[in-house]
Amino acid sequence: MITISAAFAEPESIVSERKSAQPLAFRAFRDTLFGPSETETGGKRLAKAAVEARHVTKAFGDGPERVLALDNVSVEIRENEFFTLLGPSGCGKTTLLRLIAGFDHPTNGSILLNGEDISHLPPFKRPVNTVFQSYALFPHMSVADNIGFGLEMQGKPKAEVAKAVDDMLRLVRMEELKNRKTSQISGGQQQRVALARALAPHPKVLLLDEPLSALDLKLRKEMQIELKRLQNETGITFVFVTHDQEEALTMSDRIAVMSAGHILQVGSPREIYDRPSERFVANFIGDTNLMEVEVVSVSNGRARLRFASGAETEADMPEGMSEAKSVTVVVRPEHAQLAGTGDNGVLSGQLENVVYFGTDTHYHVRLDEGVLFTVRAQNVRGGAEERQPGARTDIVFSELAVQVLRD
Amino acid sequence: MAESVQPPGPDKRIRPFSVKRQTGFTTVAIICFVALYAPILTLVVFSFNAGESIANWGGFSWRWYEAAWANEQVKEVSVRSLVIASCASAIATGLATMAALGTTRTRPYRGLTAVFVVINQPLMVPEIVSAVALLIFFAMIKIATGYTGLGYLIAAHTAFCIPFAYLPIRARLESMDLTLETAAADLYATPWKAFRRVTLPLLWPGILAGAMLAFVISLDDVVITEFVKSAGQDTLPTYMLGQLRRNVTPEMNAISTAFLALSIGLVTIFFFLSRRRK
Ligand SMILES: Nc1ncnc2c1ncn2[C@@H]1O[C@H](COP(=O)(O)OP(=O)(O)O)[C@@H](O)[C@H]1O
Ligand SMILES: [Mg+2]
Repeated sequence: MITISAAFAEPESIVSERKSAQPLAFRAFRDTLFGPSETETGGKRLAKAAVEARHVTKAFGDGPERVLALDNVSVEIRENEFFTLLGPSGCGKTTLLRLIAGFDHPTNGSILLNGEDISHLPPFKRPVNTVFQSYALFPHMSVADNIGFGLEMQGKPKAEVAKAVDDMLRLVRMEELKNRKTSQISGGQQQRVALARALAPHPKVLLLDEPLSALDLKLRKEMQIELKRLQNETGITFVFVTHDQEEALTMSDRIAVMSAGHILQVGSPREIYDRPSERFVANFIGDTNLMEVEVVSVSNGRARLRFASGAETEADMPEGMSEAKSVTVVVRPEHAQLAGTGDNGVLSGQLENVVYFGTDTHYHVRLDEGVLFTVRAQNVRGGAEERQPGARTDIVFSELAVQVLRD
Repeated sequence: MAESVQPPGPDKRIRPFSVKRQTGFTTVAIICFVALYAPILTLVVFSFNAGESIANWGGFSWRWYEAAWANEQVKEVSVRSLVIASCASAIATGLATMAALGTTRTRPYRGLTAVFVVINQPLMVPEIVSAVALLIFFAMIKIATGYTGLGYLIAAHTAFCIPFAYLPIRARLESMDLTLETAAADLYATPWKAFRRVTLPLLWPGILAGAMLAFVISLDDVVITEFVKSAGQDTLPTYMLGQLRRNVTPEMNAISTAFLALSIGLVTIFFFLSRRRK
């Protein structure tokens, strides 16, 4: 059971430390591009808010057709962070991004950039750039002119623009295509140009609206790595939108899970995965086993819970729920195991189905109380003997694997 | 590869309806082409007639082109036509561009349809009605101001050219990706700069098409010009109409053929310009 606890929350500080541990070469390159970043001077990271949404509501239409795209959303995005907005289509991700960029204005609430209210500013006065889902490259300009457009509009001298364009082309590895028309380059290359164009004016914040969704799988994986590299090298705060949970988990420093105009939970990928606070988050990210359990007692935020099988365990109780008589808990399939001989099972039932996936095997167990429970086991050479469907089995997991949902 | 293997025997696949396969299609098509082009071909051929007739062939010659070229009146009315067409199409295209921007770059509002109707009025009101209305209206202004110059003709031509310039510009605007303008704003372009650097260059083919169309429409207008013109303000079409009432010589054919060549030239230039832009 100890193996499970090792998979649990790495303290937040380690996650944020990653950035300062970036190779020196990266930092040197960034510094030549943009000058040293303020947050790193003194060698200490300040967790200052780069972007803040305060009680932001955005309504479209009025009367019976009124849609609340965002409903009283508050969130803080820190400096130098790779922050992801994750949620299903239509949950308001694009709307939030458009409010930060200034393409739309909040119905209520305010948007702050470095602590300053920018709600009233038009997009061309905000030091924020966007990578559009459709790239939106200017078709009548060359690759170089596209990249230089922002700096040129800022009134930078020609020589400076030309130098920045060359630096950007080098950064996204597109030097040879400098003078091509944007219609004469591939989708992946257009993506890089769109990135370079948005990064060239060195914005305080870069907004990316599902930038990878138009790419095929292989290119997508490449661009994921590329994006992380760019964020490291430029030190710019990235706000990334996706509906792909795997993409969010692998790329982000922190994730905000959204649903129907609300932000449900904000945290590191690990927190979001291991400590989902709500049913929606648990279901949306990864596979889950959900169970109703009885609350025996609560003290100091710790609850004693009793499963239908009679087994008891302890878990942290979410705030404001100490009165609940029963709660829903989550156990991830890979945090549970089929009991070997001699283990005291937490749950027991009948093995219904065994699905072999190569790297791991899924066991679907019908618990005695009727619920289906999935256990995922890594396949190892010379591991335990194969189980046959129909056999009775016990399931074990550590207390650490149990997460109580706020309902 | 499997799809390319055809079963032997006749092709039994059901074909979609095709007008090309109906009996008599070829005959009808040929009749249409003849009806469209035979008169024009005849006109062009007889412009090279050495004789005086527009019906009996008397051998090849350039004499009617020389006659037309030497004809001071023809020169005068041609220049007048070109001046009016240039001014009217330029003004109409400018106004049409603004109208197109005003009607597409906006949220739909009550009365937008009414705006379309107003802009496209010349397409809906019979030309003769406009002509009479303009005649009366301009007559009043003439009396009031004493001005009798080309301004009236230019104003009238501008008015009926607007919808012809407006329609291609609006079509182009509607097919344009609005995200491009958003992207320009995102990259620090003020609305005016975004328009200058992004919208206008992309709109250019539409503007060019509108201007060409307006130019050609103005160039061959008869009805409104006939009503609005003051004494000695004949344009090429009204001059030709006047000549045809008296005696018909192949000189008219020669002028018409030159006119035709100018139109084809314009369309060709436009075709190549718009292709290069893509
Ligand atoms: N311009 C608009 N007019 C009306 N409704 C809109 C508009 N933009 C977005 N919405 C609505 O707001 C909700 C959130 O949209 P969006 O932010 O685009 O979602 P996401 O990007 O997460 O898929 C949706 O229900 C959508 O229909
Ligand atoms: Mg979206």
